[in-house]
Amino acid sequence: MSPRAARLCALGAGGVVALWLLVLNFGALGAVAWRAEGFSGLRSADWAAVRFTLTQALWSAGLSVLLAIPLARALARRTFPGRGLLITLMGAPFILPTLVAVLGLLAVFGRSGLVNQGLGSVGVSPISIYGLHGVVLAHVFYNLPLATRILLQGWGTIPAERFRLAASLGFSPWQMFRQLEWPMLRELVPGAVLVIFLICLTSFAVALTLGGGPRATTVELAIYQAFRFDYDMGRAAMLALLQFGLCAAAALLAWRVALPAGLGGGMDRPVQRFDLGRGWLDGALIALAALFLLTPLGMIVARGIAQVPVLPPEVWHSALRSLMVALGATAVTLVMTLALAHAVLALGGARGAALEGLGLAPLAASSLVVGTGLFVLLLPVTSPRDWALVVTMLVNAGMALPFALRLILPGLREVQATQGRLADALGLHGLARLRIVTLPRLRRPLGFAAGLTAALSMGDLGVIMLFAEREGATLPMQLYSLMLAYRQADAAGAAVLLLGASLFLFWVCDRWGRGRAEV
Amino acid sequence: MLRFEGLEIAQSGFRLRADLEVARGARVGVIGPSGAGKSTLLGAISGFVPVKSGQIMWEGASLLPLTPSARPVSILFQDNNLFPHLTVAENVALGLRPSLRLSAGERARVGDALARVGLEGLEDRRPAQLSGGQQGRVALARVLLRARPILALDEPFAALGPALKAEMLTLVAEICDETGATLLMVTHDVGDVEAIADQTLLVAGGAVSGPHATQALLADPPPSLRAYLG
Repeated sequence: MSPRAARLCALGAGGVVALWLLVLNFGALGAVAWRAEGFSGLRSADWAAVRFTLTQALWSAGLSVLLAIPLARALARRTFPGRGLLITLMGAPFILPTLVAVLGLLAVFGRSGLVNQGLGSVGVSPISIYGLHGVVLAHVFYNLPLATRILLQGWGTIPAERFRLAASLGFSPWQMFRQLEWPMLRELVPGAVLVIFLICLTSFAVALTLGGGPRATTVELAIYQAFRFDYDMGRAAMLALLQFGLCAAAALLAWRVALPAGLGGGMDRPVQRFDLGRGWLDGALIALAALFLLTPLGMIVARGIAQVPVLPPEVWHSALRSLMVALGATAVTLVMTLALAHAVLALGGARGAALEGLGLAPLAASSLVVGTGLFVLLLPVTSPRDWALVVTMLVNAGMALPFALRLILPGLREVQATQGRLADALGLHGLARLRIVTLPRLRRPLGFAAGLTAALSMGDLGVIMLFAEREGATLPMQLYSLMLAYRQADAAGAAVLLLGASLFLFWVCDRWGRGRAEV
Repeated sequence: MLRFEGLEIAQSGFRLRADLEVARGARVGVIGPSGAGKSTLLGAISGFVPVKSGQIMWEGASLLPLTPSARPVSILFQDNNLFPHLTVAENVALGLRPSLRLSAGERARVGDALARVGLEGLEDRRPAQLSGGQQGRVALARVLLRARPILALDEPFAALGPALKAEMLTLVAEICDETGATLLMVTHDVGDVEAIADQTLLVAGGAVSGPHATQALLADPPPSLRAYLG
């Protein structure tokens, strides 16, 4: 293959992916609007949903980052046994299926959970986890680790020499904070808040399980209800447009604030500090955070693990379905990401950046909006319910694309920068270059991206809820119906199975990526 | 014969002109102050730096329409001359077949080339397991196999100590003898030029001049070179 043909191939493949992203993110929206046949007016409940969505997202993002600042600081400057493990576990909520997290939180904060048992034994009336504070609690559980990892990386970027210099100049702790840590925080915090705000805007599964009702419905949940229960396409379409507007506005804001990278990357060893007082405060913080994050998961595993071998067959069938969806989504995501990344580099400049922006667009897209759109597009052609799994796979692949792109594009850029000239000089182009140079060099980010995609897709409860009937359910959907039916033992077992499958998929892929240690 | 005809390279705030010819099989050092454009000149010959106007001709045919790998040039850069994830043998084999699908005969040639540069038995090592000098030899084994008529060296041995560098230059001279290649060697060290290049191109003040006879040039350097040599 000549270099020109290789370039054309990259641009062509990237173009196909770009087109698909346009269809997925904007075409689906158009289809919804077109199908709506005149918008029915929004009810006051819909405006309440908008208000609730914004309120919970603000609280969730604000609290997550606010709590993450002292936690990251403590983790950045203390050494203790298990520090590395704890930081690794901090990455886990990202690949943790939402429903598993919710079940875990219910086990701790639910009606008959640990906390209420404790309160009951001293005669205090039980607290309820449902409603705004439950949704925020679940989002903080989810995003506190992400925020902590983002900020921890920030602390890692402050050179150790600077702390040494500050110590030799006799900085007070306040001066230390003001001169060294505050500038880093000012740079990172807005981006971290925005990322989490964006994630919480499109929250569906948490709102479905812990919210609901007129006072705690997100727009995403309202779309689902309008679509599934009222079958009111006009309202679903209006809500979808509203949701799109919210996300687009937040995404535009995020565009201006550079988004920090919280995934991957080495969490460096703690910086040696000279301003450490006694460690009890840091220690208490770390212990509390670990307790908050680990207890729910421990409870789920403890309750469910014995139940796994005796789960009913339909749970295993749905697990198999989810596995196929996850593997398919992973393959599609990797191919799309590689094509897009090559096209971004081949275009270069402003056009490349625009294409990269398009690749990040699904970050702001709501999977319920996309799902509604695809449903509408499929309806004249075929029965959408027959395509539930394929659609879920494609939507999942699209959702994971921004993360995969952020992991793989920098790697590809580096390969081109360090080895592109040599490959050009030797006439390595096209598939041979992909096979001999690019893929081996990208193995690490590829493995990590594959693991993320597989785990995200395995645990996703979203678009499938629009399409599938119970007999075609994925594992998260099956888990949800077990929860609704109050089959608590089976639900706990299914949750452990789901958790195990997600973590295992991630582990296998990531492990493969780390395979060749000598490079 | 390598000819630069009214060659002009222009990058932001930088210009380089060249109008000269280098005889086939010549060994030419390329010297001049930092930032004058020595590497840029080699980049233009090997196809990595775009040319604004003029021509680069080899044996009467223009090089400009050709992609880097189609040019009659082997180039060694300052670094990144080897793929760190491929073995020594694979790195050399890329010079024969970029697809790495080698016949038995080709595999034997790879072995011969490695033996020629003194790396017998290291076929399965990876670059990180080799010393700097050995890495240079791997790259030279590939140059040997590619057997392109022009060998462009952009200071690939700059990081080596004096003894190792002298060893590498001897090997380069031998390879040029065996393949009849025309050598263009960028260097900061006038000693390198004296060691193996009988001719010198001087890159200074936005223009390339030469080829000068190395001995005469160094015995009576023009002002631009004198300032550089100090």
